[in-house]
Amino acid sequence: MSEIKAHPKNSKSTGLPRKRFYRARAHSNPLSDSHFPVPILPCQVNYSLHYPQFFPSSDQIDSSKKIEFADIGCGFGGLLISLSNLFPETLMIGMELRDKITEYVKERISALRVANSGHYQNISVTRTNSMKYIPNHFEKGQLSKMFFLFPDPHFKEKNHRRRVISTFLLDEYAYALRVGGIIYTITDVEELGEWMKACLESHPMFEALTGEELVEDPVVKLLGSATEEGQKVARNGGETFQAVYRRIMPSL
Amino acid sequence: MSETQMEEGDTHKDIEVAPALIAVHPTQESVAVAVGSDLRVFDLHGGCAVSLVDDSCGPFHNDSIRAIRYGAKGKLFVSAGDDKLVKIWSTESWRCICTVSSEKRVSAVALSNDGLYVCFADKFGVVWVVDLNGLDRNQVSTNKKEAPLLAHYCSIITGLEFSTGGRFIVSADRDFKIRVTVFPKEPLNGGHEIQSFCLGHTEFVTCLAFVSASEYPQGFLVSGSGDSTVRLWNISSGSLLDTFEVEMKLPSKGKLRSLLYRVFLHDGFFLNIIVVSLAVNMLDCSFQGVVVLSCDLSAQTLSIAKVVSMEGECFIPTSLSTGSSAGLLWMVAGVSNLRGFDNPSLTRVRVISGFEKSSLNPPEHQPTVLADEEIPGGDQLLEKLQGSVPVEQKVFLAAAEAVKSAMSNLLVKKQYCSETREFRKRTRNDKKN
Ligand SMILES: C[S@@+](CC[C@H](N)C(=O)[O-])C[C@H]1O[C@@H](n2cnc3c(N)ncnc32)[C@H](O)[C@@H]1O
Repeated sequence: MSEIKAHPKNSKSTGLPRKRFYRARAHSNPLSDSHFPVPILPCQVNYSLHYPQFFPSSDQIDSSKKIEFADIGCGFGGLLISLSNLFPETLMIGMELRDKITEYVKERISALRVANSGHYQNISVTRTNSMKYIPNHFEKGQLSKMFFLFPDPHFKEKNHRRRVISTFLLDEYAYALRVGGIIYTITDVEELGEWMKACLESHPMFEALTGEELVEDPVVKLLGSATEEGQKVARNGGETFQAVYRRIMPSL
Repeated sequence: MSETQMEEGDTHKDIEVAPALIAVHPTQESVAVAVGSDLRVFDLHGGCAVSLVDDSCGPFHNDSIRAIRYGAKGKLFVSAGDDKLVKIWSTESWRCICTVSSEKRVSAVALSNDGLYVCFADKFGVVWVVDLNGLDRNQVSTNKKEAPLLAHYCSIITGLEFSTGGRFIVSADRDFKIRVTVFPKEPLNGGHEIQSFCLGHTEFVTCLAFVSASEYPQGFLVSGSGDSTVRLWNISSGSLLDTFEVEMKLPSKGKLRSLLYRVFLHDGFFLNIIVVSLAVNMLDCSFQGVVVLSCDLSAQTLSIAKVVSMEGECFIPTSLSTGSSAGLLWMVAGVSNLRGFDNPSLTRVRVISGFEKSSLNPPEHQPTVLADEEIPGGDQLLEKLQGSVPVEQKVFLAAAEAVKSAMSNLLVKKQYCSETREFRKRTRNDKKN
């Protein structure tokens, strides 16, 4: 505990890490080969490292409890923290490409765990390129929710293949999501919002949630408010565009 | 010139060296060799060289061919490569009946078992599909268009293979990933349903092949990789059944870092044993020859069956192929071009006999490397496939060296020290515009 409090980058009053020590480049290029360890198989994901309270010993590999929610490009991790309270028994992971941001989220979670004993044990973060390594982290049908909140827009047409939602990548997300699982997307960039919606709409393995279902899903309310990016957009009174779709069996 | 430019310039020149490729007709009617932009075909049945006819567009290929392949029934043949052209040939007339233009260089091709679709992969990891329905083998078609089927996120696709029975299409990449996709009923709408990922390789995957037998109609997948292993997979679940470590099991001295060019297989339903052969081409070249693995489908294991050493022959195959019946393994060694030698497109063809189902079992029965005059087609065939100029052995060693470095440049991830990495980031040209 004292270790965390004494952390030079953490605030003295709250014990939480301060963002300004974790500034990073605004954007990362998902095409460049970065240098971080990648699990070869989903069973190599170290659950006891991510969720020590759920998995006290590392040789407890054979547990049936698995990660169910993935926040892709989680940024500073605001969504995970809100979701942790809503679904305290569900394991969730944030995937983030930038290493400094990932470090920040790690610190943030461990500080929260210290300050709120017994809480925030079900959330964690990993540094990875989600466009390449989803199948290394999740088995087929493992996930019940995937989040893509305020992803980088990559405006230029030649950079569209860097977008984190595309028809090709949706094939992989459909693989990782179980039937009935839900994919949540939101952006303040209208063009990107239309793009994400169009990709999902034309994909044979996804269908839109109805208006009623959207109202009933408590997670939908968090999309525009839980993350740092969402809060920034809200502060500036920006408009947002969301698309929420369910993984279905393909009608072949 | 900046450091980055120099580096990329060098790499590019090396990549331009393309390995020679060989493909044998499924019932050994003909054999094709591609070297550089040159496609050479010999008619084994008629015992004569074939002249190709191509009035579909332009003169043949105009840059290195990277993939050649016969269809399962042997009626069609596909060639594709760096000139971004995918050419579909009728093997009856050896006329190019269709040319499809790709946006990017092509790294792999596959033909569906029913001969209705051609799939090809580009250098950015996208696999495209061309519908051959209505293609007339006697007429040139120009209006065939490709549709995207699936993609590996920006990784070079190194292998593309339909499963036995054709239900799945399997794609492998330079990262280590093998993806098994349900080949859809309407391929032009995309292959969205992923059956499995076969994960376990730790380096680039170089080759894929299916082994099957009547009791195992779905077949099993075999893959070779730069991690010096050959692996056996169940593609329905993606589970790894066995790993054969070339480095540990090969009776050879020195550290073997293999580049497996192509797994070729030969169905010999003797005791459920399926023979898989592979050429092991060393980065640290201490073994020259071919390793034959046997795959026991009921036990789901891989083991060494034979080692055919070609020590001292300066022959390191760049590609292997076999028909389904004749018990011959065809090999080619060669490169598209070689700096410092004026003889372009070096090739050497060799054949090993003795791959019949029965002959691999008695241990005293060794597969043998045929002398030139024993090769079906004899001198005429060699003259056609190798070109007529006799080449000194040392040139082939230089050629092997060139292919090796070109292939590792293409496939092995560069490890930059942190300063170089920072430097490359700062000078990246995609940032400027
Ligand atoms: C604009 S931020 C949004 C962050 C967060 N979702 C929010 O709403 O505040 C997008 C994030 O996605 C991350 N990212 C971009 N490409 C990624 C990739 N391929 N894999 C993982 N993270 C990625 C970026 O580093 C960045 O932190």
